Amino acid sequence: MSERLVTIKIGGEAGFGIKVAGSMLGKIFSRMGYQVFDYTEYPSLIRGGHNTFEITIGEKVHHHIRPVNLLVALNQQTFDEHQPELSKDAGIIYDPGKVKNANAKFTLFAVPFSQITRDVGGSELMKNTVALGALLAVLGANIEGLLSLLRETFGSKGQPVIDMNLKAGSAGYDFAKKNFKNPFAYKVENRPPREQIYVTGNEAVGMGAIAAGCRAYFGYPMTPSSSLLEFVAKNGPKFGMIVRQPEDEIAVLNSAIGAGWMGTRSMVGTSGGGFSLMTEALGLSGITETPVVIFMGQRPGPATGLPTWSGQADLRFLMHAAQDEFPRMIIAPGDQEECFYLTAEAFNWAEKYQMPVFLLSDKNLAEGGKTVPVFDQAKVQIDRGEWVTAEDIKKQGKYLRYKVTESGVSPRALPGTEGGVHLANSDEHDEYGYNVEDVANRNAQMQKRMRKLDNALLQIPDPKLYGPDQADLTIVSWGSTKGPILQALADLSLFPSPSTGEGGRRPDEGGETSSVNFLHFNYVWPFPTPRAVMILEEAKQLLVVENNFSGQFEGLIRQQTGIIPGHHLRKYDGRPFWPEEIVEKVKNILG
Amino acid sequence: MLSNPDLTNPLRADDFNSEVFPTWCPGCGDFAIWAALKNALVKLNLAPHQTVLVFGIGCSGNFASFVKANIFHSLHGRALPAAVGAKLANHELNVIVIGGDGDGFAEGLSHTIQTIRSNVNLTYIVHDNHVYSLTVGQSSPTSMKGFKGKAHPDGYNEFQLNPTALAVSAGGTFVARGFAGDIPHLTDLIVKGVWHRGFSFIDVMQPCPTFNPEMSYDWYRKRVYKLEDKGYAPDNRFKAWEVTQEPLDQKIAVGILYEEDRLILEDNYPQISKTPLVKHDLSKLDISSLLEKYQ
Repeated sequence: MSERLVTIKIGGEAGFGIKVAGSMLGKIFSRMGYQVFDYTEYPSLIRGGHNTFEITIGEKVHHHIRPVNLLVALNQQTFDEHQPELSKDAGIIYDPGKVKNANAKFTLFAVPFSQITRDVGGSELMKNTVALGALLAVLGANIEGLLSLLRETFGSKGQPVIDMNLKAGSAGYDFAKKNFKNPFAYKVENRPPREQIYVTGNEAVGMGAIAAGCRAYFGYPMTPSSSLLEFVAKNGPKFGMIVRQPEDEIAVLNSAIGAGWMGTRSMVGTSGGGFSLMTEALGLSGITETPVVIFMGQRPGPATGLPTWSGQADLRFLMHAAQDEFPRMIIAPGDQEECFYLTAEAFNWAEKYQMPVFLLSDKNLAEGGKTVPVFDQAKVQIDRGEWVTAEDIKKQGKYLRYKVTESGVSPRALPGTEGGVHLANSDEHDEYGYNVEDVANRNAQMQKRMRKLDNALLQIPDPKLYGPDQADLTIVSWGSTKGPILQALADLSLFPSPSTGEGGRRPDEGGETSSVNFLHFNYVWPFPTPRAVMILEEAKQLLVVENNFSGQFEGLIRQQTGIIPGHHLRKYDGRPFWPEEIVEKVKNILG
Repeated sequence: MLSNPDLTNPLRADDFNSEVFPTWCPGCGDFAIWAALKNALVKLNLAPHQTVLVFGIGCSGNFASFVKANIFHSLHGRALPAAVGAKLANHELNVIVIGGDGDGFAEGLSHTIQTIRSNVNLTYIVHDNHVYSLTVGQSSPTSMKGFKGKAHPDGYNEFQLNPTALAVSAGGTFVARGFAGDIPHLTDLIVKGVWHRGFSFIDVMQPCPTFNPEMSYDWYRKRVYKLEDKGYAPDNRFKAWEVTQEPLDQKIAVGILYEEDRLILEDNYPQISKTPLVKHDLSKLDISSLLEKYQ
């Protein structure tokens, strides 16, 4: 399988472990030396709905792609509904006991999952294991990866459970080997092993928080942040973290601010509806200058909206949430690797500048699994900002919590420090923290707080340019659209540049390649204006790609730089961008 | 040898005065609670830097500027969740939460019930003057029936919330009622509340001479009686419930209504059994074991 990517889709009824089976598949391919990217679709209910898991694997994968090359239909609906998504040479593995009148112009592999499961004495849920075995056989892969993963997964459940699963996996594999002699169009074989892990965005965020020394995590369940709450609840305590699910999101953020004020690194996770309840507390963090990290997993709204789908429509909401103005930072990781490093970094920004820092993700990134190089903990540096000690206070004879400084940052005293009584006040206050409402004081405190943002702006990393320095078209985006855009760029490298005037010639025919580059923003607020202006002004044409209706980031570019992008591609239907949609848009623009 | 800690204690109530003199109205019950709190901190031998006070918003919240301690002046109704976070971060410090009836029984009622239920080791003192005073005179959930608040010119006729009954039924492990007109008694309640291992709830009856002049110190004195004078033992939830059902306009029991020992919230977290979160060493974190699971 040279450069060719393979996309596999598993579909079935909700409540039957499709996601678990899919994640196992991803791990097997990862261990076989492939890069993988997965994507799950499910409705907001527990049983009876239609769930699908898709995974793209290959030598280099930025994002999952369609068409689907191999479909595993655990029920009739999957068989019927997803045929339009298949490539011409695709195959369908299905259970003839579940799918009636199976005929389609694709290569059909009838595997009686349920019957095989019953024959080996397993429960109905175990049919996923049978299906995984059959799928590996159809792809010409060996079964070892599945067997060793089953041993690990069920290791704690005792030998009979392990044996039953091994039997089920092998039975599915053997059935397919025996009955399907003709080679399938797509083959998956072991590659040289890679030093990589297979994680979802939320798992990466959780690891980043743990590695950065987050001591207190508060969360109220809400898709797509619940999986982060569950990850830290399961893994955090071993590393000393306290995880608490209080009564509502209001308590969530207020508790995290209380913990941050007391001197620990604290974090919350939520989505739009939950964050709506947190807005007043966001301002509390702002005026009391209490560090807190807020993970925000976007999903389309408003109100309850599309609970289990994705979007990027909350950027402006986070920029402006809560009354009046105060410094805040918004960081949008673009992929699972950035989720880890930028989460760890978010705690440093929050503590150095004593302000709320957002990690802006979305359902696709939060719940999507991807192979990434093993996270390097040595790159995680902990910077807790400026502090004063009891000795400092003794020397100065007083402690000013909100001391007006050039940097805007007033060093903190840990509550409990002798001499340093620490008065944090949600009312406007003087340098001590006492309620004071006069003009001079108000202006001094307001300007001090806002100066923090000016200084942070000088330190935030630049947006990243992918591809050549000069191009006929520059794609601009932020956050999780990075994956589909990079995947599209991989396709576009074969796309001839119109600037050569050669028209339609491929690189091997002497045409110039790479007429498109890509500017990606992780740090979206404060907007990194100076560097952005330099790159955007150089660009011949701009195409802004984002998952919202009104072009929130495109508007931000105009607002901050005065540059008016010529093109945009927007989507707000809850689905991710498909790389081919971006390729098509680029081709339209470049003619 | 001196054995009485009161005599060796160098702390004085004045040590807790800030640089700002209270802006409360003359005759306000807040002054009495202010005095009782300072006295209690002296008795407890907790210096300002060893004390954490979390305030809500209201006349009681303005208290934040009139006392010296580690203070977090939070949002209206949100003092309790902020205090829970602070307590979990450093459970070695005593945390006392101060709010009003609008703060804790209207805007923040859900937090009040949930925090009582959690039995986190905090003390919660409510300045219950049965009226919104900082917003100049609207009715509160504990206003007397018929009270003519500014938003209820024809009288407030909803059922009067019963905070101590609520605390008893929500699983409170220390439920008390205090009276601003008896500073030594209130001081004693606060001391016992801080000593209590778990959530201690003290609903303090106080007058607001400006916006609720009918419920004056005299009005209260005619009704207040001390449970301890009646030989009451606060060890029975049903008996406590009975006391809470006495009509407020006829008799007002003060003292500890109910007390029991139960697991506190902090007991659920072995990660702080030896060292509070703020003292954890962050330099030795190693997530290699976690990374391995994802390979």
